[in-house]
Amino acid sequence: MVFEGTQPGGQLMLTNEVENYPGFPDGVSGPEMMELFRKQAQRFGAETLFQTVTQVDFSSRPFKIKAEEEITEAETVIISTGASARLLGLESETRLMGHGISVCATCDGFFYQDKDVIVVGGGDSAMEEAGFLTRFASRVTIVHRRDQLRASKIMQERIFNNPKVDIRWNAVVEQMLGDTQNGGLTGVILKDTRTGKTERFRCDGVFLALGHIPNTELFKGQVDMNERGYIITRGKSAHTSVSGIFACGDVQDAVYRQAITAAGSGCAAAIDAEHFLENQA
Amino acid sequence: MGADTVEFTEQDFDEKVLSSDLPVLVDFWAEWCGPCHMIAPAIDEVAVEYKDKVRVGKLNVDQHPSIAARYGIRSIPSILLFKGGQASDQLVGAVPKAQITNMIKRAL
Repeated sequence: MVFEGTQPGGQLMLTNEVENYPGFPDGVSGPEMMELFRKQAQRFGAETLFQTVTQVDFSSRPFKIKAEEEITEAETVIISTGASARLLGLESETRLMGHGISVCATCDGFFYQDKDVIVVGGGDSAMEEAGFLTRFASRVTIVHRRDQLRASKIMQERIFNNPKVDIRWNAVVEQMLGDTQNGGLTGVILKDTRTGKTERFRCDGVFLALGHIPNTELFKGQVDMNERGYIITRGKSAHTSVSGIFACGDVQDAVYRQAITAAGSGCAAAIDAEHFLENQA
Repeated sequence: MGADTVEFTEQDFDEKVLSSDLPVLVDFWAEWCGPCHMIAPAIDEVAVEYKDKVRVGKLNVDQHPSIAARYGIRSIPSILLFKGGQASDQLVGAVPKAQITNMIKRAL
């Protein structure tokens, strides 16, 4: 039984082209690949549900999983909840999400034809989003908290050479300005990280590219996690701190985070779970 | 797209959505939008489950940008619920199906 959760297909649904997955010599789109994965799982009897798990109880067996007010019992559970986009955590951000604030440049760039936007972040994905947005926006400003970027050299060069992109160094977004009833976002308040000085910055859109956090809120206090919230798995196995609970993919991997490494660890988790069930019998 | 999911256009939006006797759920989407594809199956399921109670359909923002602009859509997927010609409720992003059904229940 597969609970597909809030974002069926996960982060790969936001990936235009997967170039490094073996078996696809010409690349494959993320959504297409996830559809193939789903079909393959269904062929082997997986029951896939568009439901979101809201509560789990791993304190005794059978384990209990609650989704849409219904409780399912299971002898073993594989956690593969992945990761999702990190947000700034501002009240004004929650309020204006979708009304000028976006976490998906490929989805929403279209709405910013000849507009001014900012991209918050300093990694490769922030550079990629900024570059992509110049196809639509008249001006793209990258806001980065430090005085140098984390992004790879090649991505940095591409951005430095793009006449439509500015970089605002040593700055953080302190507040988003605007009203959902009145056209949405109109600007932000930027704060200089060295002087503490704040200023109003007019823009039509904010794209957040702040990296990812593991989706483990649901499992807090049930399985062991590291200080960054990733589930800890034992050695090269998928075993978590609870016997019978396994984890695979980005939810336990802060390092590689590739479709192929996630799929590999998923296979390991399935084998570990199978062994576990055999040993119970 | 599911058999019970309607495709709205700039030409028929006023007639099929704004003048509808039933509440209408409109999923604003585009081909290039991954999260839109994520929620597409849930939209189709809702269309079947609430058949005869709610009209469920999609509007392609790429092909019909004027409707998206009219409702200030700046992120997709955006799901709007129309009642008596007015947009009465809105969800943004790839939300779980339960949130979509809750929005419908609020409107019924």
